[in-house]
Amino acid sequence: MTDLTSLTLAEARKGLAAKTFTSLELTDAHLSAMEAARVLNAFVLETPDQARAMAREADGKIAKGDAGPLAGIPLGIKDLFATKGVRTTACSKILGNFVPTYESTITSQLWRDGAVMLGKLNNDEFAMGSSNETSCFGPVGNPWRREGSNTTLVPGGSSGGSASAVAALLCMGATATDTGGSIRQPAAFTATVGIKPTYGRCSRWGIVAFASSLDQAGPIARSVRDAAILMRSMAGHDPKDTTSVDIPVPDYEAAIGKSVKGMKIGIPKEYRLDGMPAEIEKLWEEGAAWLKAAGAELVEVSLPHTKYALPAYYIVAPAEASSNLARYDGVRYGLREQGKSIIEQYENTRAEGFGAEVRRRVMIGTYVLSAGYYDAYYLRAQKVRTLIKKDFEDCFAKGVNAILTPATPSAAFGIGEKGGADPVEMYLNDIFTVTVNMAGLPGIGVPAGKDAQGLPLGLQLIGRPFDEETLFSLGEVVEQAAGRFTPARWW
Amino acid sequence: MSTATHKLLKGATGEWEMVIGMEIHAQVTSNSKLFSGASTAFGGDPNTHVSLVDAAMPGMLPVINEECVSQAVRTGLGLNAKINLRSVFDRKNYFYPDLPQGYQISQYKSPVVGEGEVQLELDGGRSVTIGIERLHLEQDAGKLLHDQSPTMTYVDLNRSGVALMEIVSKPDIRDAEQAKAYVTKLRSILRYLGTCDGDMEKGSLRADVNVSVRKPGGPLGTRCEIKNMNSIAFIGQAIEYEARRQIEILEDGGSIDQETRLYDPNKGETRSMRSKEEAHDYRYFPDPDLLPLEFSQSFVDELKAKLPELPDQKKARFVADLGLSAYDASVLVAERESAEFYETVLSGLANRARDGKVAANWVINELFGRLNKESREITGSPVNAAQLAAIIDLIGEGTISGKIAKDLFEIVWQEGGDPRALVESRGMKQVTDLSAIEKVVDDIIAANPDKAAQVKDKPQSLGWFVGQVMKSSGGKANPQAVNDILKSKLGI
Repeated sequence: MTDLTSLTLAEARKGLAAKTFTSLELTDAHLSAMEAARVLNAFVLETPDQARAMAREADGKIAKGDAGPLAGIPLGIKDLFATKGVRTTACSKILGNFVPTYESTITSQLWRDGAVMLGKLNNDEFAMGSSNETSCFGPVGNPWRREGSNTTLVPGGSSGGSASAVAALLCMGATATDTGGSIRQPAAFTATVGIKPTYGRCSRWGIVAFASSLDQAGPIARSVRDAAILMRSMAGHDPKDTTSVDIPVPDYEAAIGKSVKGMKIGIPKEYRLDGMPAEIEKLWEEGAAWLKAAGAELVEVSLPHTKYALPAYYIVAPAEASSNLARYDGVRYGLREQGKSIIEQYENTRAEGFGAEVRRRVMIGTYVLSAGYYDAYYLRAQKVRTLIKKDFEDCFAKGVNAILTPATPSAAFGIGEKGGADPVEMYLNDIFTVTVNMAGLPGIGVPAGKDAQGLPLGLQLIGRPFDEETLFSLGEVVEQAAGRFTPARWW
Repeated sequence: MSTATHKLLKGATGEWEMVIGMEIHAQVTSNSKLFSGASTAFGGDPNTHVSLVDAAMPGMLPVINEECVSQAVRTGLGLNAKINLRSVFDRKNYFYPDLPQGYQISQYKSPVVGEGEVQLELDGGRSVTIGIERLHLEQDAGKLLHDQSPTMTYVDLNRSGVALMEIVSKPDIRDAEQAKAYVTKLRSILRYLGTCDGDMEKGSLRADVNVSVRKPGGPLGTRCEIKNMNSIAFIGQAIEYEARRQIEILEDGGSIDQETRLYDPNKGETRSMRSKEEAHDYRYFPDPDLLPLEFSQSFVDELKAKLPELPDQKKARFVADLGLSAYDASVLVAERESAEFYETVLSGLANRARDGKVAANWVINELFGRLNKESREITGSPVNAAQLAAIIDLIGEGTISGKIAKDLFEIVWQEGGDPRALVESRGMKQVTDLSAIEKVVDDIIAANPDKAAQVKDKPQSLGWFVGQVMKSSGGKANPQAVNDILKSKLGI
């Protein structure tokens, strides 16, 4: 039965509909794969009983011909999503054994459409990180290794568990969130497809907040089509999130295979970094050539404020985080470390409950919002953000349909290799992705090739607001040209 | 502002002027909280009116309650203030166990309501205008319960997230009397609008009072803020105490530390709560969970069209249409319920133009007097508006005299009943049968020939005859008829 795990979501959907296999069989195959892959530490909580119960229910519905669009499809859920009755921690000690009494809007839409929950996936603590090393449950292993090496690499982050589990065929797809690149960067590190939708496309209700104006959920999947299928269930207006947008959700899957002929694809010159590895450069050129071959027109564009994006991001995101994380005070839920006074209880609880990276960002955020510094930091960063947004708007106003960039400046690296001495080294991972969050645009990461060491590399396509469909069409072209990549199993 | 409108304080070095500004926190009348669907009902068991949002569970998001926005706009209109079609919610960050989010959602740089003004009428017909700086919406915090356990503090989040309007005055208030009049007037406006119940005992209306002193016309002094006042009387006392405390320090050559103080009503003094150095850095920034609050001018216009008549307008109408004195009109409109009662009396009158003023006198003197004596609210008056209107009708049409009317009022107060029927059944009707009165007059003149002879020289002794006639008629004789008949019979 193990070969069931190698199907794409679209293939599994077909098999379930044709009753070639049941959801219970499909689910069990994934549960076994999860068990065998525990060394990857992708799942922080397995929910086999719930998975089987949901699978049986899906099988019943399929039998009655009453199946939802995701009926019987086993998925992994990033631990940032509140799941009713199932421990949700954001991979932080401070949430302890927090069990929500509520279900996030996105996961409830997935269950509405018949999906099956396999368990909760590892991530960087409160989604703060680019390597999944800040999780209180420990790092996640990337199913990919350098050729001829036994070094375990990071899967990227913060959605490292999601990317690793999808790449290792432990789940058919996963929910993820992206604040500065947390979907696209791990997708690139693991040869999976990940899309960060337009800000407001998916509800944030029930997702542990990191930086509210940047956070957006999306899927990590085995193929562009799978991502499109998942997107349709995840997207939609939610009256409980006033930043979600009330526009119809299109049939994203219909965009797969649609001609990209005549589309104008921008190549931003500012993304050509000094010292960029030649293989990244080559990958980018290759991607451009594939799109050109499919009939798209390539144009050089300028996004002049790109170089300010990362510094501005590391002001806005920590500022919002410092406030969003204030609620973890040990008073109502989660970890509580007693103290002699309430202030001491706060200090003890937060010192004990938050990891080093979270503490760093809370401190940065508190600093940049402080009286006397607000104008110099936060306000200026917001101005930069407006300029970055305008860069993209100018570009799209010239008829550009989408922008092609590398997803990351390098392939996956080893656990403990980066950011030890200088956190900025780690932050640079998001150099190509943060602009998209700052501008609230949709961005898709698609596997496009391998580096010299056999590690996957990805390309990013950035779209117009709410035009995820174009990204799926273009992503499909890249995927068709590059092929799909599966890691050799070593676990 | 002329000095005649306010009081100066005498110090050793001469006179001092108080400069006072107020921040009033008024709980918005609404069924649910500012950003959640939880109930705002007062008095529920602890933590029974708490939604996931109010408890700041992970991943929860605020959604603005439109009714609270409407209430804020109505209030702004009632304060003749500028309504901002676009405003922004900010986070005010600080840690406290009664603040689950670790921040209060408030409006910092862009409030929903801008500058406005309130007219105050003071004793002796003086009036002053107090400027309103702004009004913004914000969340209330929860409540700490220290008396439930010897070792622990409990938190009740029922109030957490309830909508408050913070109404900030300009520093235009100049003494305690004005301050009290300001809170009273604001409370009255809010209650007329139905945007806040104004119940200070339940904490629906609380004031932070900023007090500083200066030499009249001199530069502004350093202010102290007296927090969380929930009684108009205490506000007056606290201001007097605080101003004198500051004057004493300044006259001793000291300087005022900008600080937050609390008033202790038992000791009648203010004491330091925290200094400026200890003040929080609230790290305000726009709440990224909420879009800017935007609405159209037509939304405002619709609310404006449905606004009830406010005390100032009502007063002007009472004066213009019914001929009431400005003072009487002010007394009647001060409380929404009094004004409503009076207007119900008016609508029950047979001849409003003739008796409107009489009705005002009855409400103010007889009814309010009686209510005060028994410490009752007008809403619980034993004599209702229809009964009072009937009594006034009976006077106006000459069926009973004013004196009998007071007896009748007392009967209705004690026993209830239809005043007109009571007059019939108890024989209280005024005698207007002229021959009957004539007979009584003749009898009294005949019995008092000396007095009758004197009255031509001493017309003022006519009153004695009137009294005698009224007495022997049991007060029921029509006083006008008695007067007329006496005059003609006595030849004056």
